[in-house]
Amino acid sequence: MRPKLKFLSDDLIEQIVREARILLCRPGLDIHNQDILKMLADHGATIDLEKHHAILTDGIIDNALKTACHSFKLYDVLGNETHDFSGDNVHFTPGSAAITILDNETGEMRPPTSADYIKYTKLVSRLNHIASQSTALIPTDVNAQVSDSYRLYLSLLHCEKPVVTGAFTIEAFTIMKELQLAVRGSESGLKERPLTIFSVCPTAPLKWSDVTSQNLVDCARYGIPVEYISMPLSGFMAPVTLVGTLVQHTAETLSGIVISQLTNPGAPALYGGSPAVFDVRYETTPMGAVETMMIDCAHNEIGKHLGLPTQAYIGLSDANALDAQAGLETSMGATLAALAGINNISGPGMIDFESCQSLEKLVVDNEICGMTLRMLKGIEPKEDFPALPRFEELLKEKHLLISEHSQRYLRDEHYFPGPVINRANKSRWQEEGGFTLRQRAAQEVSKLLTEYRPSRLPDDCKKELTRLMQREAHRHGMEHLPDQTT
Amino acid sequence: MGILEQISASLQKGNDTHVAELTRRAIEKKLPPKQILDDGLIGGMAVIGERFKAHEIFLPQVLLAARAMYAGMDLLKPLMIRENIPTSGKVVIGSVQGDLHDIGKNLVAIMLKGAGFEVIDLGSDVTPEQFVSAAEKEEAGAIGLSALLTTTMPVMKQVIDLLRERRLLSKIKVIIGGAPVTQKFADQIGADAYAFDGVSAVERVKALIGRE
Repeated sequence: MRPKLKFLSDDLIEQIVREARILLCRPGLDIHNQDILKMLADHGATIDLEKHHAILTDGIIDNALKTACHSFKLYDVLGNETHDFSGDNVHFTPGSAAITILDNETGEMRPPTSADYIKYTKLVSRLNHIASQSTALIPTDVNAQVSDSYRLYLSLLHCEKPVVTGAFTIEAFTIMKELQLAVRGSESGLKERPLTIFSVCPTAPLKWSDVTSQNLVDCARYGIPVEYISMPLSGFMAPVTLVGTLVQHTAETLSGIVISQLTNPGAPALYGGSPAVFDVRYETTPMGAVETMMIDCAHNEIGKHLGLPTQAYIGLSDANALDAQAGLETSMGATLAALAGINNISGPGMIDFESCQSLEKLVVDNEICGMTLRMLKGIEPKEDFPALPRFEELLKEKHLLISEHSQRYLRDEHYFPGPVINRANKSRWQEEGGFTLRQRAAQEVSKLLTEYRPSRLPDDCKKELTRLMQREAHRHGMEHLPDQTT
Repeated sequence: MGILEQISASLQKGNDTHVAELTRRAIEKKLPPKQILDDGLIGGMAVIGERFKAHEIFLPQVLLAARAMYAGMDLLKPLMIRENIPTSGKVVIGSVQGDLHDIGKNLVAIMLKGAGFEVIDLGSDVTPEQFVSAAEKEEAGAIGLSALLTTTMPVMKQVIDLLRERRLLSKIKVIIGGAPVTQKFADQIGADAYAFDGVSAVERVKALIGRE
């Protein structure tokens, strides 16, 4: 039996959705994009172009929910299926868009460079429990106008896994689409086998900026999947209660579904989010707070209730170092998220409130993901009945270490983490160097990087990616892209 | 690949049928039993031990290899006795008096056998007198003592005291292990070695009484 976690009753979900619809149909929402407002008006919404405001109707929302995509798949750069966003399938992806990297040498969080990004993407290619890349770091050695597309470029060049990403400007979408077309060959090929997911984020409360709403429209138009990232802050930019926060999250996400589905009915999307409680002591948005995790699991339940695949920023930490807090918050989040059946879990590697990526944490988190995925397989009988013969064997042989049954099921039943997780007794641990978690993680990062194998994307595709990126960089005043030999 | 290398390779795969068959052929070819043992069987087990330490393989593969080793040893033993060739060594092993826990001790016994040692397993709740008498009678090179309880650890010292009393300390080495046991404790009571798991026990016993 697959273990399952639920926070909301069906009645409560329906009430939350009803209240959210009232928000969209009475006060309405702000959308700072004239074309989208006009499109909404064409479908019966009341709009105010000057005030950038729209009041939706139940009919618009109903139609959007009718055409919304109930499941979709994701494919790597070679075109192989890697993700099936349906049912309660769970996939892990690194936390995205960190502005710093935890430097293992100095212990400091510093601005990332291209070299850091390349190391990161090579590392992700070796982590078997992390199914996709995300554009997890923002390199600071390129012009800010290309920092979004440049991340995607490096990811597509060095790692085969699909990419969770996002554009920082409206213009950047074009090059980010072109980079994907260079890999897939055609618009129809890209539509058939999506390669990326773009995060599109409404602003709390009930607002869409010009950039994010246009990104949403552009993605829908080309069949590029998105994940709606509504970010209500309980007690600050959302009601203090978890239910009140969920009402707001639902309204903001429903508005995204409406924009996407009016643009292109059936466009693929994940019902996602990055809500948080607001810590009124420190003025921070703790992702490791248990209430944040509860809201994430609950909004996933609402998404599933609406028949949609889901996503959440969960399984990450607010710690400022790779310490016990980093481990406990990440593993608690990953466990809850997996039990809730969130389809795309964005978090691994991240500390400092979604601001800092750590390669060392990423290898630790890969083990958390491995254990979590094992947990999801649940407890199933495997030639366990009748039990008597097995115990007769045990009593006769005195152990079952090499019994046929053990040999058949050992690897299936028991997950064996890598050397990052210490399971040696104290004496063996000491004999093997007595390394701390941080030291073991650093060793594992080095080992995995030496084991890196270049992406099998054909060379002509790689050349085309570089040509496109160089052209884009020139356009923004950069003579050369940073050295990529690292 | 020569036949001894084939024995070593089959043993590493845990294929006892192959190891027995290859050992039989090596005997038919009149290869010296000691060479078959050292270069074929024990050679293969040495690789297995190294790979286990390097986390490349797990305990079941070690034990499967050990089972394959027995399959070859069974055929070699009569020849070795006839030609008066010493085995790797003999170890008397048991959980000390008052301690009924024997899982760790059993594991060490399996691993020692797998490395070619002859193991006299006295079971659990074994008195110092039983250990020393058995070791003397069997002409064992070492006694392996196991304890899980801190309350039974002092019995380990009693065994060493008894060996000293009977002037056997220089002839019979003592190796100790078990969850609460440490190298420090081994030093305090004058044990010759301490091992923290099955593989390290084999290494320590080899260092103490191994006949290379």
